[in-house]
Amino acid sequence: MNTLFDKIWDKHVVQVVADGPTQLYIDRLYCHEVTSPQAFAGMRERGLKIFRPDHIFCMPDHNIPTHDQDKPIEDPIGRKQVDTLDKNCAEFGVTEFKMNTKDNGIIHVVGPEKGLSLPGMTIVCGDSHTSTHGAMGAVAFGIGTSEVEMVMASQCILQSKPKSMRINVNGKLKPGVVAKDVALYIMSKLTTSGATGYFVEYAGQVVRDMSMEGRLTLCNLSIEMGARGGFVAPDETTFEYIKGREYAPKGEEWDKAVAYWKTLKSGDDAVFDKELNFDAADIEPRITYGTNPGMGIGINGNVPTLDEIDENEQAGFKMSLKYMGFEPGEKLLGHPIDYVFLGACTNGRIEDFRAFASIVKGKQKAEGVTAWLVPGSWAVDKQIREEGIDKIVEAAGFEIRQPGCSACLAMNDDKIPAGKYSVSTSNRNFEGRQGPGSRTILASPLVAAASAITGKITDPREFM
Amino acid sequence: MKQKFNVITSSCIPLPLENVDTDQIIPARFLKATDKKGMGDNLFRDWRYNADGTPKKDFVMNDPSYSGVILVAGKNFGSGSSREHAAWAIAGAGFRVVISSFFADIHKNNELNNFVLPVVVSESFLKELFASIDADHKTEVKVDLPNQTVTNLATGKSEHFEINGYKKHCLENGLDDVDFLVQNRDKVEKWEEANK
Repeated sequence: MNTLFDKIWDKHVVQVVADGPTQLYIDRLYCHEVTSPQAFAGMRERGLKIFRPDHIFCMPDHNIPTHDQDKPIEDPIGRKQVDTLDKNCAEFGVTEFKMNTKDNGIIHVVGPEKGLSLPGMTIVCGDSHTSTHGAMGAVAFGIGTSEVEMVMASQCILQSKPKSMRINVNGKLKPGVVAKDVALYIMSKLTTSGATGYFVEYAGQVVRDMSMEGRLTLCNLSIEMGARGGFVAPDETTFEYIKGREYAPKGEEWDKAVAYWKTLKSGDDAVFDKELNFDAADIEPRITYGTNPGMGIGINGNVPTLDEIDENEQAGFKMSLKYMGFEPGEKLLGHPIDYVFLGACTNGRIEDFRAFASIVKGKQKAEGVTAWLVPGSWAVDKQIREEGIDKIVEAAGFEIRQPGCSACLAMNDDKIPAGKYSVSTSNRNFEGRQGPGSRTILASPLVAAASAITGKITDPREFM
Repeated sequence: MKQKFNVITSSCIPLPLENVDTDQIIPARFLKATDKKGMGDNLFRDWRYNADGTPKKDFVMNDPSYSGVILVAGKNFGSGSSREHAAWAIAGAGFRVVISSFFADIHKNNELNNFVLPVVVSESFLKELFASIDADHKTEVKVDLPNQTVTNLATGKSEHFEINGYKKHCLENGLDDVDFLVQNRDKVEKWEEANK
């Protein structure tokens, strides 16, 4: 009761269907090329026009190559999907940020950086990492394609109201520990289903102290513990980030908006269905060892032994270690790696590139490591060049590729080969996620950078 | 896709694993389609087939002693990506029901929106059902949507399952949410007027 989630949700209720879900008004629908074509086709089959085209923003990101974007996509099926988005946007009259234009990038990077995702909004996209936009103080969540069609048809969605959870991260993070580690730590405590059915508000000193980039990373990973979404109440850090962005309110509208945004916080008397507390002092740089994001350990820790695993989960645990080529109880620090991926909607922002550069500056990439550094958007790419980060990483033997989702889910050419180890700043270490047979170790940009230098899983604090 | 749902009695395909994510249900490289056709062929692709496309003999769907339109899976089925392709693949492979003790939120909605019924049962019901199927691969389960009951016909054990009245009505009558929402556009306009 009286949580920020309640305030935003309740304001957007159009009606509660008798013995059914809530009809919720949606302020912003984002679409990419993978989960939208069948929704557009559905609209066409029903003979419907888009109800509120000005509330919808589309951009291709999953299939696009991270090199030679000025040329047509080589993969004919991927190219068709991107072309289909172009055609659908033109036919239905919605805004698209096309491939290889300055406006394009990963949808969850572009939305916030353009000032399209704002506090108090309801935001959906056919993509589970829509939770990212929660960092702006919005109720943002991933939906299926049928639900995308619902929003196209009515600017509404039918949803049951989730329960509320507050996660407080108290204290101050240690050097070398960043937002990604906080998220990986919480996930390992809650498991991948620990927050299913809940909408999470992140709070506490650590979250207050986080930059917007850090909050975006934290909220991005809400889905990996099963949460419907996660958000941070807006504050001065939020307003400062939004001010002056392309689609942000301007002039008088800005003052009015900020006055409203300042009311967006949970009441002192707010009651959450669940409240959890974590202490920053307990959080080390993290890595994952298994095939779901909840299977994580501190970088100096050991893979659990079988007797530490719940009986029902032992079959999955064994299968997971077999896939990863790890042993129960094994220490992973120093384990050789083959690939490093910096990017994705999780860690493809300017701060992530700054962090990576801070570690590799003046050093050399390990021989035998293939590294893909992929900005989350062309705007991030521009800033990388303005700040000279490209020069720093190039001197260390790395190159900056062109923006897109890339090796996070390997729908383009950026696939990790079978059996190879990838230290990845992305969000999922599922079997085959980065290419059939690929072995993913999720980590922060700092851990990724340190590991790229040594060719082994490495604690970044060695280089700090 | 809008297949009306009433009572289904069938043998089952068991998948006694927890946290089956949607990347396993259908890997990302099969998400490039612009329609819903053929998804069923790639259901559980990398568990079901070798890289050369030959079936993996030890995967349950390749064992002819198992059959049926009910998939039975361990806790937290459908976690991860929101891809509705996972639900299209399940429906496309002919499944009408998925039984588990726990579903991930987005995937559960995706199943319902494709007239596949997710049935949440207790851990003990699930455990007993896996045991029944293990003992007799032809074990049948009866899923009765009007009465909201699920019954293991090998043991007679029966449980009530939850579904909201609105969605139940949709499944029984082959209606979907877009139909409903379009009929309610006037309410949306009123909301917009009040929230300018």
